[in-house]
Order: sequence, then C-alpha cells, then structure tokens
Amino acid sequence: MRILGISAFYHDSAAALVEDGRIVAAAQEERFTRKKHDAAFPAKAVAYCLAEAGCGMADIDHVVFYEKPFVKFERLLETYLATSPRGFRSFRTAMPVWIKEKLFQKSMLRKQLGKIGGTKSWSGSLLFTEHHLAHAASAYFPSPFPSAAVLTMDGVGEWCTTSLGHGRGNTLKMLKEIHFPHSLGLLYSAFTYYTGFKVNSGEYKLMGLAPYGQPRFVQTIMDNLIDLKEDGSFRLDQRYFDYCTGLTMTSAAFHQLFGGPPRSPESPLTQREMDLAASIQVVTEEIVSRLARFARQETGETRLCLAGGVALNCVANGKLLKQGLFKDIWIQPAAGDSGGALGAALAVWYEYLGNARSVNGDDAMAGAYLGPAYGQNEIEGRLAAMGAVYSVVGDDDLIASTVDSLIEEKAVGWMQGRMEFGPRALGGRSILGDPRSPTMQKTLNLKVKYRESFRPFAPSVRREDVAEWFDIDADSPYMLLVGDVLDSQRLRPNREDTDLFGLDRLNVARSKIPAVTHVDYSARVQTVHRDTNPRYWDLLSAFKNRTGCPVLVNTSFNVRGEPIVCTPEDAYRCFMGTEIERLVVGNCVLRKEEQPEALRHDYKERFELD
Amino acid sequence: MEMAREVWSYMGTRKKFWLLPIFVMVGVFGTLIVLTQGTAVAPFIYTLF
Repeated sequence: MRILGISAFYHDSAAALVEDGRIVAAAQEERFTRKKHDAAFPAKAVAYCLAEAGCGMADIDHVVFYEKPFVKFERLLETYLATSPRGFRSFRTAMPVWIKEKLFQKSMLRKQLGKIGGTKSWSGSLLFTEHHLAHAASAYFPSPFPSAAVLTMDGVGEWCTTSLGHGRGNTLKMLKEIHFPHSLGLLYSAFTYYTGFKVNSGEYKLMGLAPYGQPRFVQTIMDNLIDLKEDGSFRLDQRYFDYCTGLTMTSAAFHQLFGGPPRSPESPLTQREMDLAASIQVVTEEIVSRLARFARQETGETRLCLAGGVALNCVANGKLLKQGLFKDIWIQPAAGDSGGALGAALAVWYEYLGNARSVNGDDAMAGAYLGPAYGQNEIEGRLAAMGAVYSVVGDDDLIASTVDSLIEEKAVGWMQGRMEFGPRALGGRSILGDPRSPTMQKTLNLKVKYRESFRPFAPSVRREDVAEWFDIDADSPYMLLVGDVLDSQRLRPNREDTDLFGLDRLNVARSKIPAVTHVDYSARVQTVHRDTNPRYWDLLSAFKNRTGCPVLVNTSFNVRGEPIVCTPEDAYRCFMGTEIERLVVGNCVLRKEEQPEALRHDYKERFELD
Repeated sequence: MEMAREVWSYMGTRKKFWLLPIFVMVGVFGTLIVLTQGTAVAPFIYTLF
C-alpha cells in the first residue's frame, strides 16, 4: 500500500511517500525548482518520490492533500463578513485567486497528478486531511513514543492555530483547539514584519536577534496585545493587528504602542528591534510553557511531540526541555508546512486505514535523510559535464583531507548521501567550518553565505560528546533544541567586553568554540548519530582526534535567499559563486584554486533576499 | 456540477447551510471582480455590505 502526501499552494510545497507505513521519501519542491519557499504543485518532488520507491502514479493507492480548501475558504468568508467593510481590500485581493484556482484544488490536483502519469481518476482515493491533524500526525506517528501528548502551533490552517492532541498506539485524538484570529504563529510573524524581516521566512532571524536585546517590552505585549490564561489559551486584541482585514500584519495602533513605524527591510538594525525580538521571544516561551503544562495535565503523558512552524523555535523548545515538564520531547524536523505532506500520508495509513503502529526506540525519520542521493559514478559524470576539476579519493583519505581543510580554517562544502527533509542541513547538504576559529562566524556570514552578520551558526557534535560541551544530554538530531555552552568550555570575558551592547557583542570570543557560541552562550545543537549519518560521524571523530574538539560549524549549503542545494550541479554552482574553498561530494574532492577561472561567476545577486 | 455537489456536501458536513447565500453572492461578485479586475465593482460591493 502506497500513500502519497502533498502540501502545496501556500508556501513550502512538498511531497512524501509512505509505503506500508514506512517513510520511503520526502522532499520540498523548492530544492528541485530552485525557488525558495516554492508554493506550486510539487510535480518534481512527486516525481522524485515515485522514482525513489521505484513505482509510477498507477501504483499509488491514495493521494492525500494536507488541508481542506473549503473549510479554509469558509474561514476567509466568515472573517470578511465579521469585519466588513474594512476587509474589502484584502477580500478583493484574495477572491480572484480563490475563485480562479484555490476553490478548484481537487480538480487541479487530479489534473496535475494526471500529468505525472497514469490514467487513474482518483475518485475516492484523493483525500484531504485537516491542516493541524497533518501537523499532529507528522509529530506523533514518526516519533519513538508508544503514546504522547501532541502540541501543534503555527500561523493558521483552516481555522485552527494551536491544537492539543493525544496519541496512543495508532490513534491520534484531537482534544483542544485555539482558532483564528488568535494565533501564536501570527503574533510572532507580526513582530517579524514589524522588525523589518519577511513574514514566513524571517522568523528564525528574529529568534537569532533576540539574545542581543533586553526584553523590555514584555509587559507592554502582555498588557495590550494578548490575554494569556493560565492554561496557555490566549486571545489577541485585533485592534493591534491588520492581518484579518488588511494586507499587512500590524495596525497603526501597534505602531503607536511600540513607538514608530515598522523598520524598513535591509535598513540598519537598532537596539529597539533587538529588544522587541527579545521581548516576543520571552512571551512565546511563556505561552509554549503554559500550553505544555496544560498538555501534561490533560493527557497525563510524560512525553511530548511538537510540530507546526512555532515548533521550529528551538530556543523555546530547549527551555521546555530544561523545565523538565516532560521526560522526553520529540519534534518533527519538517515542522512547517512541508511536513504536512508527510503527516497527511501517515494520518491516512494509521487513522483512516487503521493500520497497527509499533515503535522500537528510534524515530521513523531516518535522521531526516529522506531526499535524493547520488551514486559515485553519477556524481563524477555530472561534475565532469560541468567542467569541474576533481580528484577521487578513498573513504579514509576523504575524511583526512577534509579535516586538514577544516583545521586550515577553510569553508568546506559537504554534500553526502540523501538530502535532508525540513529546513535544516544536517550533514547531508552542509557548509562546514572549524568552530574554534574566532573569525569563522564573520567569514561564513559575509563571504560565504552573504547574510546578516548577527546571524549565529549551529554546532554539530557527536551524540557521545554532547554533554561535555553543552548543558543538554539528550538527542537533538534535527537541530531543534538550544542548549548553553558549558561553563568549563567558556572563556572569561574581559571587563570591557561585558560593557558592550547590541551587535558590538558579536565579535567577543566567549568560548573555546566561538563560531557556534551565541552572545548569550546558547547554541542550536545538532547531535550526530553513527547509525543515521556514519560518514559525518566519522568526520567529527577524526576532527576530534586531531584537535580534541568533537564539534563542527554546520550551516546549510546555500547562500541567502537560495534553497539548500540538491544536486552535485547545485553544489558546484554554489561553490564557484562563493568563497567556499573546498567541496566534497561523495568521494570527489574539489579545490577552488584548481577550478577553471571561466567557471567562476557572480552568485550573490542571483537569488532574491529572504 | 461536481463543484456544486461538493460545496453542498461540505455545508452538510460542517452544518454551515447558512453560508449558502454568501457562497452564491461571493460566486457572483467574485466572478465580477475576476472579469473586471478593476475598481468599478467596488462601490457596488460596498453598498451590499
């Protein structure tokens, strides 16, 4: 039995294929089309999933879409009705899209599936799940837990913005919901917009900015924007927001409350934006904490599963883990809408078809390495066709020469095995660096990634070594938990350094691994496990043997605004357009100085800034 | 036709039959917006709401 899950038509389209309950493949469309957050029907991702499973469309038993378009339309209509005539501009913008396309998603899906292949009519086998059920299913069913409380939090699906579910065996019962317009995701996005970042993509920048600020607006937010109850439920005062009726996130009242208009995108960041970021982060953590406490009480469970865009807030996740409310927390690596494709497919297998579920201690995500891989011959053929100069080395030499490059403080492009599913690069499509270097963060941000200098980098560490460097001793294979660098690894700050404010704090070396230590000593940790990524684990082991440090800088293999690389060609283009100095693809090693000068190109301007 | 059947079935499942006149009006005026793609329709709709 094969089930194809699809998410599309809003942002981050994706496809996932489940075969007899096993996740065979999952990928986001943006990786193939090279358009960041591509919302189109995921034709290429579907084609990849079919190829990975070695089947055609005719072999698919059910196709499932990750939300219910009519119920979403109902929400739009009722919102416009409740707020009319104020929402007319928004109504006039939304209606053409809905009337021309979105209301006809069923026939559109059928048509697109027909284009991929087969002659199936899909009557009765084209299904639709609710958006938050898809998120909850993506969090619970692949988790390693036999039962768990399940929390989902995002912007909005149909009506639901936050849900509490209870997973037991193969059942997932939804217990409580918070409905639009009261949304934690939209509250966070309102601050993303107000501080000059792009909604639906800049939220993680806001999170990264928070440690530079002081949370001096927390009381203002609590007193005016949100009515937060003890059980974590909340209502947002709509006078301060514009997303129901207008085409922006915040209203004039919001701007007045925080003392000015939104920051213009790309203009210099001031202490005010940093303080706003710190404040909304504190509020978010408080809401998530109260919701989790309520989930614990309601379900009696000691394990928690999380999904939805807010679950990508790894700072809040890390604090939740430290609170000890739950014995264990598992977060879906593709917690955003792309993961809805996978959740929808799993919901059909377990909930709709009633198949049994068994757990064996590991999660079912295979380290999130669910995308395409390329064999050595194919890699060589593709690189040669591009005119690349490479040498092929054995496994041991590959690791040794990569460690040499890292110790020489070179930025290394690392493309190995299957591509990751979800927004994080986890050692399959990564740029790696030496975390001990005090200049590595700046170099990677400005010369390799072309992104804002304040953005922190994450450490990869062998699971066996995590507790010696960070104050978490738990699996964090998907880089979704933040912990602090241990005191024993920290450096004592100079007196002048402690008096610094804002972005001036950036260049202070705080620990033995300054490139991955944020200004508040936090780090977004990825634990690397030998069973899911043996080659990356070997690299970390070799780096540890040479340097005593089992940690590497791991950032996604892309530049700002570009989807993470997928193919060897993507990797080579990014390598040749940036100051990455070494590229390792499979067993091929490429040195920048040996590449033909004619193949160097300007890469920076190629992608729209995110 | 299939679309009308699905809308009817959705309203039955969600017990939202009160939305029917709104669906019809949205259909009519939405079509007008799509066809005109301009602002001529705007005052017409304002008086309606």
